[in-house]
Amino acid sequence: MSATPIATSFVQSESFIYVLYIIAFALFIQGLRGLSGPTTAVRGNRIAAVGMGIAVIATLLNPDEGNWGLIALGIALGIAVGVPAARQVKMTAMPQMVALFNGVGGGAVAIISWVEFRSYGSTYGDRTIDIAGATIRLGGGVPTYVAIFSVFAAIVGSVSFWGSNIAFGKLQEILPGRPISLGPAQQIVNLVLLILAVAAGIDLVAGAHSELLFIGMLIVAALLGNAVVLPIGGADMPVVISLLNAFTGLSAAATGMALNNPALIVAGMIVGASGSILTNLMAVAMNRSIPSIVAGGFGGGGAVEGAEGAGAHDGTVRSTSASDAAIQLAYANRVVVVPGYGMAVAQAQHAVRELTKELESRGVEVSYAIHPVAGRMPGHMNVLLAEADVPYDQLKEMDDANPEFQRTDVSLVIGANDVTNPAAKNTPSSPIYGMPILEVADSRSVIVIKRSMNPGFAGIENELYFDPKTSMLFGDAKSAVSEITGELSAL
Amino acid sequence: MILASVLTTNLAILVLAGFIGFVVISKVPNTLHTPLMSGTNAIHGIVLLGGLLLFGLAGLDAFSKALLVIAVAFGTINVVGGFLVTDRMLDMFKSRPKPKSADQEGPDAKPGADGGAGS
Repeated sequence: MSATPIATSFVQSESFIYVLYIIAFALFIQGLRGLSGPTTAVRGNRIAAVGMGIAVIATLLNPDEGNWGLIALGIALGIAVGVPAARQVKMTAMPQMVALFNGVGGGAVAIISWVEFRSYGSTYGDRTIDIAGATIRLGGGVPTYVAIFSVFAAIVGSVSFWGSNIAFGKLQEILPGRPISLGPAQQIVNLVLLILAVAAGIDLVAGAHSELLFIGMLIVAALLGNAVVLPIGGADMPVVISLLNAFTGLSAAATGMALNNPALIVAGMIVGASGSILTNLMAVAMNRSIPSIVAGGFGGGGAVEGAEGAGAHDGTVRSTSASDAAIQLAYANRVVVVPGYGMAVAQAQHAVRELTKELESRGVEVSYAIHPVAGRMPGHMNVLLAEADVPYDQLKEMDDANPEFQRTDVSLVIGANDVTNPAAKNTPSSPIYGMPILEVADSRSVIVIKRSMNPGFAGIENELYFDPKTSMLFGDAKSAVSEITGELSAL
Repeated sequence: MILASVLTTNLAILVLAGFIGFVVISKVPNTLHTPLMSGTNAIHGIVLLGGLLLFGLAGLDAFSKALLVIAVAFGTINVVGGFLVTDRMLDMFKSRPKPKSADQEGPDAKPGADGGAGS
C-alpha cells in the first residue's frame, strides 16, 4: 500500500470508482442485449457477470471500507450456499430456484435498510439527547428523500422475501399448491396490512425515533408478503415470481437512491422494468390480468365453482393403446409435439426426445409447438427440451406453429391441456375465452397423453378430448412415451 | 442545493435506466424468457453492494454487523447462484455439432409415408 501512495489514492478516488460503476452498468445493459438471441445469450450472461465483478471491486476500493473479515465471511457463506444450489438444481426445478434466489435478494434489501436506519441512530430525523429533563436536538437527520427510499426498500424487500419463500414452498410442494385463503376477508386483510406498513413508514419518514416501529414495519410487510402469495394457486406462481422479481429490482434501485450509488440504481431499475414487462407478457399469454392473479383463488386445480356444470359433457372419449399410437405416428408425414406442464412434471423430456429421434429416423418430419406459457414459466419448456438435446430449430413458437397444424398428420399432445382447448376460440362463456391457444384441433388427428380426464388448472373440460379425431392415451407421460417408442422400434 | 442536485441527478439516472430496461428487454424472444428472468434476477443481487458499503461505516454495533453478514451472504447467493444457473440453462441452447447423418436411415425410411394417419 505505502509503496504506491499516488496510485492508491487515484484508484480509491470517487471519480475512479464512479467510472468503474459506469463500466459495470454498461456491461449489464450489453449483457442483457446479448440475451436477446440464443447464440449470443451465453456471452451476454457472462458479460453481465463480469459487470457485477467490476461493481463489487469498485465498492471494495472505497477508502472507508472496513470489516474485511466480516465481508469475507458473508461472501464465503453466500458462495458456499449459492454455488452448490445452482450446480445441482434440476432443470424442472428451475422456477423455484429463481424464486429462492429472488427471495434472498429481497431479504438483503430489507436488512440493508434496517442497518442503514440503525446507523442513523434509529431515526431518520434529527438525533436528540435528554439532559436534565430537556430535550436537545443534535441535528444529523437525513434528507427526506433518503428516508422515503429506505422505507420503500424495506417494505418491498420484506414483501418480496416472504412472498418468494411462499412461492418456493408451493412449487417445491412443501406447501400445498392449492390456494390458501381467508375467503372474501382476504382482500380486506391485505389492504389493512398494506395500510399499516405504509403508515409505519410515514411515521418513520416523519422522524419517529423508534427501532421497534421499524421492526414492526418489517414484520407487517412480511405478513403482507405471506398473505398475498398464499391464496394464489400453483399454476399462477410463475407470474407471481416474475412480479416479485420486478419488486426486488425496484427495491434495489430504491436502496441505490438512498445510498447514492449509481450501479445499484441502474441495475435495480433495469430489473424492475424487465420484470414488469415479463410479468405482463405472462399474464397476457394466460389471458389473466395481474390484479386478478394477485386477488387469488384461481389456478388451484378445479377451484372454479362454475366448472361443475361442464362435467355433464355427453361426448364420447376414444382411448387408444401405445401400439396403436405408434402405428399412427409411424405412418404420418408430419408430427407436431405439443408439450405441456404434465411433460415437465413427469420429467418426460428425454423420453420425448427418444421418441422423436425414432420418428425422424423413419423420415417423419417432427417439430415442437411451444405455447408461451407451456411449462411453469415462459420459455421453461424450451429449456427442458434443449436439455434433452432437441435442436433449437425444431422448436416453433405459437404464431409460427398455428398455421402449420392444418398440414399436420398427427399432433401429439403431452401433458398440455388448457393451451389446446378450442373453447378459448369458440365458447365466449368459457373462463379461458380469448386466451391464445395452439390450434391442435386443426390437424388431421390428435393423440393426447394424459394421466386422467381431470380438468387442467382452469378447471374446465377440454372439448378437444371429445373430438372424433382425438384419441386419448391415459398414463404417466414418461412411461407412455417410452412405451410408444418401444412399440415403434418393434414395428 | 447540493443535496437537491444529487437527488435530481439520481432521479434522472433512475428514469433513464427504466426506459433502457424496457427497450433492451422488449426485444427478447419468448424462448429466452426463463433464462432472462433468471439473469435479471442475478443482476438485482447487486444489492450486495449496499451491504458492502454499509460495512464501511464507523461505529456499527455487533448486531448491525451480524445483520450485514447475513445481507452480504444473501446478496452473494443471489448473484453467484443466479449467474451460474442462467449459464447452465443457456449452455443447453448452444447448438452442438450433431453428426447424425451417419446413423440416419436414409431414403428407405419413408415407406408408406403416404398412408396417412391410420389407426
